[in-house]
Amino acid sequence: MSFDLGVIFDSLPFLAEGLALSFLLTLLAAAGGIVLAVVLALMRLSGFPLLALVSAGYVNFFRSMPLILVIFWFFFLVPLAIGRPVGGFYSALIAFTLFEAAYYSEIIRAGIQSVSRGQVAAGYATGLTYGQTMRFIVLPQAFRNMTPVLLTQGIVLFQDTSLVFVVALRDFMTATTIVARNEGRLIEMYLFAAAVYFVICFSGSLYVRRLQGKFAK
Amino acid sequence: MQYNWNWGILLQDPYLGWLISGVGWTLAVASAAWIIAFSLGSIVGVARTLPNRWLRGAATAYVELFRNVPLLVQLFIWYFVVPELLPDDWGRWVKRDLPLPEYTTAVIGLGVYTASRVAEQVRSGIESISRGQSLAGYASGLTTAQLYRYVLLPVAYRLIVPPLTSEFLTIFKNSSLALTIGVLELTAQSRQITEYTFQGFEAFTAATVMYVVITLTVTAGMSLVERRARIPGFIAGGAGR
Repeated sequence: MSFDLGVIFDSLPFLAEGLALSFLLTLLAAAGGIVLAVVLALMRLSGFPLLALVSAGYVNFFRSMPLILVIFWFFFLVPLAIGRPVGGFYSALIAFTLFEAAYYSEIIRAGIQSVSRGQVAAGYATGLTYGQTMRFIVLPQAFRNMTPVLLTQGIVLFQDTSLVFVVALRDFMTATTIVARNEGRLIEMYLFAAAVYFVICFSGSLYVRRLQGKFAK
Repeated sequence: MQYNWNWGILLQDPYLGWLISGVGWTLAVASAAWIIAFSLGSIVGVARTLPNRWLRGAATAYVELFRNVPLLVQLFIWYFVVPELLPDDWGRWVKRDLPLPEYTTAVIGLGVYTASRVAEQVRSGIESISRGQSLAGYASGLTTAQLYRYVLLPVAYRLIVPPLTSEFLTIFKNSSLALTIGVLELTAQSRQITEYTFQGFEAFTAATVMYVVITLTVTAGMSLVERRARIPGFIAGGAGR
């Protein structure tokens, strides 16, 4: 058995396109997921039993489902709801955003709870409304505390985007598989994919660790 | 939105049988993989806290390697790459004679991957025990093995029941990745029913309900374990119990 690195070099542009899609999906889903997660976390902590219940239900529901099943759900549902095919990207984006929001909201809830109660009281005492207290006092501190955890979850999300393989959306993983099968070079291509994911995720987690050290000071 | 509801489809032959067999495979993959994950993860987790530098380094490398490569890639490597890289005789055996190749590969891949996550929990459990305990153990003449056996591990495992519960739940969800190498577990079966009947709502709902039931059952079971394993006096244990 011989290793053929040529097949990797020849397919680099194609693989790079796939990687770009993986990154794009990660960024958009993380951004959307965090926005939704803030709403969920605020609902959970709002003190209104109904809002808290809805938020808890949402989070627990999505956390008991495998991501692949969620991807299948939306791949099936979105075209049905819109009435015409929209392509795998948007279904995947919606699936990832809704799914990740459940995980992000638990992180954000912990982050908000880590801000001391006195800060909220002080905000109200100076005449700020609930919205202003959250916007200018609580959330900025909470986000500072939880940046490392949010980034770690972002790395997990990046790894998870490889699952769009199951609906043949052309991300890095799918691109790798296409080349691997067309060229009959499964060994080289999958080891290469593992190496690429490892380098990206490992450097990401080293960066997070450095950030944690900085914040701990 | 146009859709022809037909919940009865779930009870029809062969679809009901598919769902039941899907649940069976999901449970079979997850529980077998958990045995690997728990035992290997415990070894690696303990190794990360040992005084020996080489063992510690190897265990850290293990955790970083398996945590930073997506599970899907790992499964493909176990399934497509490893048999080719093995010595010829072994490779031939794996390709020809390995019983239930997809299932076995999925169990190994999922188990070895989850072991890296279990290892982190075990390590953090051991590290959360105050240093005084280890020092007292050594001072009273225990060897390192005895220290782990009688002092550190009994406490550490009881402390990490909650995070282990969530890893245990994760392994059921992650077992759905086995479908990518051809194991017809629950998610795969629900997709197959959708493809045969176009009743996606019903099929995916059935799978969703099954996963929720699995989650609730495991959570309930583990909360019993948690109550039994609680250590009085620790914050998580509720003081005074």
